[in-house]
Amino acid sequence: MSGLRYVYALCRPLEAPLQAQLTGVAGAPAKPLHHHGLVAVVSEVPEQDFTEEALRAHLEDLDWLAATARAHQGVIDALTVVTTPLPLRLATVFRDDSGVRSMIESREEHFRRTLDRLTGRVEWGVKVYLESERAEESEAAEAAEERSAPKAASGRDYLRLRRQQTRASEDLWQRAETFATGLHERLAAFAEESRLHAPQNATLSGAAGRNVLNAAYLVPRDRSEEFVELVDRTKDDAPGLRVELTGPWAAYSFAGELPGEGGS
Amino acid sequence: MTVVERREIALVDLLDRLLAGGVVITGDVTLRIADVDLVRIDLNALISSVNAQVPSPFEIVEEAP
Repeated sequence: MSGLRYVYALCRPLEAPLQAQLTGVAGAPAKPLHHHGLVAVVSEVPEQDFTEEALRAHLEDLDWLAATARAHQGVIDALTVVTTPLPLRLATVFRDDSGVRSMIESREEHFRRTLDRLTGRVEWGVKVYLESERAEESEAAEAAEERSAPKAASGRDYLRLRRQQTRASEDLWQRAETFATGLHERLAAFAEESRLHAPQNATLSGAAGRNVLNAAYLVPRDRSEEFVELVDRTKDDAPGLRVELTGPWAAYSFAGELPGEGGS
Repeated sequence: MTVVERREIALVDLLDRLLAGGVVITGDVTLRIADVDLVRIDLNALISSVNAQVPSPFEIVEEAP
């Protein structure tokens, strides 16, 4: 059986050995491949699953994609414990070791620069959700009702009340956007770099509410606690909104290209 | 408002990073992926497969108009 080489990440030579039983995609062990003072972390994958055609089909199979993504992440996680990995895009596959070596040679300088930029940094994910709009509406309606006491005594009062409710729900969107923009500005100012991801689809994420901000921030590991506190302090700033923090991640969102000036 | 820190990594968060992040290596040394645009593997196909499979672990959220 001929195996292909699946590459997870590039990193500097490891100071501590990789854990002995580090299992990668397709169940084979992930191992370091040294070349030109850099290390590619590689495992063997079966050719029949990773040809272009097979891969195209597999990537639309959620179970396969999930298993592969989690295995990829497992290797990156283990690397994060001992070094700062530069993660590669999912399913980057080479014919053999010499293909991996020539890839390293052709991008050596770029890898070194990127590793320098990322060393000692982690990525944090921050998402803002507009919580169940229906619950919000009824809250807003209640608030409007309170404000408009005494109770609607006439048709005109009733219509006024309805208008207030509609406005309250429009306001909610406006408020969510203002809050998300403000939060992003504050976090981006603290972070070294930031990236905005597309808002997540609720059907796929299973998360309640509508995702209005989905961002990633590159933060020095030793300032992470401060960053988390900064996110935490947004508590109570905006009723009806929910903030979710994920991480620390390897710097996936910041590995793609060298940064332009200005980060976000 | 609440700040939630989840311990288990949600698949969508992972895919945001693994399909849209990471170093992209194209060229003749890689096997293929140049032609398989991962970002385009629009999650639509996946969403339908989520729906077709077991919807139970996923909360059904009604689309707002």
